[in-house]
Amino acid sequence: MALAEAPAPDRDAMYPRLHQVVGRTRETADTVTLALEPVSGEPADFGAGQFNMVYAFGVGEVPISIAGDPTASGPVLHTIRSVGAVTAALCALRVGQTVGIRGPYGTGWDVALAVTHDIVFVAGGIGLAPLRPALLEVLANRERFGQVAILAGARSPEAVLYGRQLRAWRSRFDVDVDVTVDYAGDAWRGHVGVVTKLIPRAPFDPNHAIALVCGPELMMRYSADALVARGLPAANIRLSLERNMRCGIARCGHCQLGPALLCRDGPVFTYEQMADLLTVQEL
Amino acid sequence: MAALLAQGRRVIGPVVRDGAIMLDDVASAAELPWGTRDDQDAGRYALTPGAATAAFGAVHGPQSWKRVLFPPRELVWRARRAGDSFEVDPGDNPDERPLALLGVRPCDLAAIGVLDRVLGGGAHPDGAYLARRSGALVIAVQCTHPGGTCFCASMGTGPRAGAGADLTLTELDGAEHGGVILAEAASESGAAVLAAVPHRPATGLELGAAEAALADAESSMGRMLDNDDLPSTLRDALGSARWEAIGERCLSCASCTLVCPTCFCSTVEDLTDVTGDHTERWARWDSCFSADFSYIHGGSVRTTTASRYRQWLTHKLGTWHDQFGTSGCVGCGRCITWCPVGIDITEETLILQGEVGREVGREVGREVGREVGR
Amino acid sequence: MNTVADLIREHPLFHDLDPSYVQLLAGCATNEVFEPGDALFREGEPAARFWIVRRGLVALQLSAPGQRALVIETIEPGEVLGWSWLVEPYRWSFDAVATELTRAIGFDAACVRGKFDTDKSLGYEMLRRFVPLIQDRLQSTRLRLLDLYGDGAR
Repeated sequence: MALAEAPAPDRDAMYPRLHQVVGRTRETADTVTLALEPVSGEPADFGAGQFNMVYAFGVGEVPISIAGDPTASGPVLHTIRSVGAVTAALCALRVGQTVGIRGPYGTGWDVALAVTHDIVFVAGGIGLAPLRPALLEVLANRERFGQVAILAGARSPEAVLYGRQLRAWRSRFDVDVDVTVDYAGDAWRGHVGVVTKLIPRAPFDPNHAIALVCGPELMMRYSADALVARGLPAANIRLSLERNMRCGIARCGHCQLGPALLCRDGPVFTYEQMADLLTVQEL
Repeated sequence: MAALLAQGRRVIGPVVRDGAIMLDDVASAAELPWGTRDDQDAGRYALTPGAATAAFGAVHGPQSWKRVLFPPRELVWRARRAGDSFEVDPGDNPDERPLALLGVRPCDLAAIGVLDRVLGGGAHPDGAYLARRSGALVIAVQCTHPGGTCFCASMGTGPRAGAGADLTLTELDGAEHGGVILAEAASESGAAVLAAVPHRPATGLELGAAEAALADAESSMGRMLDNDDLPSTLRDALGSARWEAIGERCLSCASCTLVCPTCFCSTVEDLTDVTGDHTERWARWDSCFSADFSYIHGGSVRTTTASRYRQWLTHKLGTWHDQFGTSGCVGCGRCITWCPVGIDITEETLILQGEVGREVGREVGREVGREVGR
Repeated sequence: MNTVADLIREHPLFHDLDPSYVQLLAGCATNEVFEPGDALFREGEPAARFWIVRRGLVALQLSAPGQRALVIETIEPGEVLGWSWLVEPYRWSFDAVATELTRAIGFDAACVRGKFDTDKSLGYEMLRRFVPLIQDRLQSTRLRLLDLYGDGAR
């Protein structure tokens, strides 16, 4: 086998590209959205559903989905939930500070394949962030799709992500938005219950629809089953899966799920591809 | 040796150290393991005396050439703070001399080929690996007798050397030809080295003796692996109770992954100094047997030893095909030798194949039963 | 104008129920409307009625002293509100408050229980339809118990 040419060390894919924080929004108590611009050059093009490896100086690197609009130019957006040392460091960054970015990597939601279909977005918790680019792509080409429904679940009203945006989307006449929480105070006037409960009555034609699902793995499995129960073929249900990643470029071996390397063959898969593997314990 | 050193190469070859064959810098032929053979079996390794005229009587030890081409620890880059930003530089390369790999067994040669695909192929090849690899001169040594745990013949990787060597050696032994080394150049670089070394054409008898020894080695392997349909068999076996049984024995010590010539899993560590202003990113070998290998969201996906062993075996022999287009195993037998409790990958695979075969047989039996109208 | 029997028959839960059973049930039922904020029942009260929600949303709430009410589930159109009428001592364990304008078919629990005693098959037909809804509710509750959106620390 002929060997490839070795790239120069600073062109190796493990080398970070410096980005500066140009904006910072607190979304919920533990979630922040950072707007990043490359220190030199233009932001990289990306497909909805792809992720970057985001590096906090001296702390470490984690994979984070890109949350911005793939059809518009502008800063790179990352919505980050503080769950460990690296994400806590990223959430604490101020405007003007610098991170390292490698990417974009991975397969995307392939929204273009769904034209003429109804589209259902099913999001659980922070799962709404990786779906946001797909939603924006659909809305930028609204007339090419059928009915559009967003079903979003969160732990409580305070944990609902992109609340203002959801209200703005709901006020459009061509998008259906349903939000549910696990529990709420009595000031909440919306649904309380698990997000799968919203699926039986969501406005879409199962014979001509695509579903994009993202959230905790168990929630995705139950949502996929509920969609299948409504008659949606498993091949038309797409999930974004997650595993430990140390490189993002198919070299470290950590992100395997059965035959797939999630950073290269995923993170987006159809339920048809993954259903059997997702039920094998500790795979 | 002189010819290689004259080229300014760093020569790595087998030496005896700590009671085993290790890979180390060699500066003269005298440092090779003359008169040494090895006795290997599941969980057992010992060096034994052999013909004094043979330098390559011992098959291999716990180290493989991956530690030369893909070092256990390597600096990826360094960074230092600069105000609100930081600067990154690649750091210094410790030793940039081109390599000569002397004494690469056919299984290990195949393993280098596998690493070429994994680390050197794909959309983002490892530049450091490619730089070392493309500059390396590979001198293979064919095996005239199999090691105690070898099964290269059934993996199609030995005892004859396949593609990838610059020079292939076969060492003859016995009263008649002892001390004769046949050499065949397989590339221009190999031919150049051969030209610089005193040599003569091989006689028909010598070629015949080599061929006979290789054929004999091929047919006297103590173990084998049946690769027929193995990826799909392993996929069917994911729910087998056998994994629990192995999990009872396996120590999750990761020895198999350390000695395996194709295991490539790695991790990165970000090491920062006390001031917090200087940091280094280091890559180091990792193992799917480590507890936090599969860590996400406050917990690991594979918490049980059984699930981690299953990951290792089904990846090595099964899903490696899906990911990289070949098997991950080259039949070197090291994992069997160096497992402290002697778990044998060929034995476990045979058991799993038997289980899945019986299930399939039962299904077929049921179908037949129905047809006959029972 | 639709009779209560028509409303029962139209509801997805009962669309294939034997017409004579529909009539039996209609004898215990009235069509009801609730404004946002109306309480359908309160914790501790006798479970004298149950409802099948046609439109709107009803919140199941729990109150504790010194705490604002906690909403633990909302009942959607198509779902049944209230099970405590089936199980002694027939007392409500939650509050139920309409959060939107809600239209529901309300059933007199004692009346329906009486009809079950007279005709065992009616009881079977009703429970056959209700049990999947109970299972759904249990599943929904269990999934939320797992706190999947939590920080994952175990």
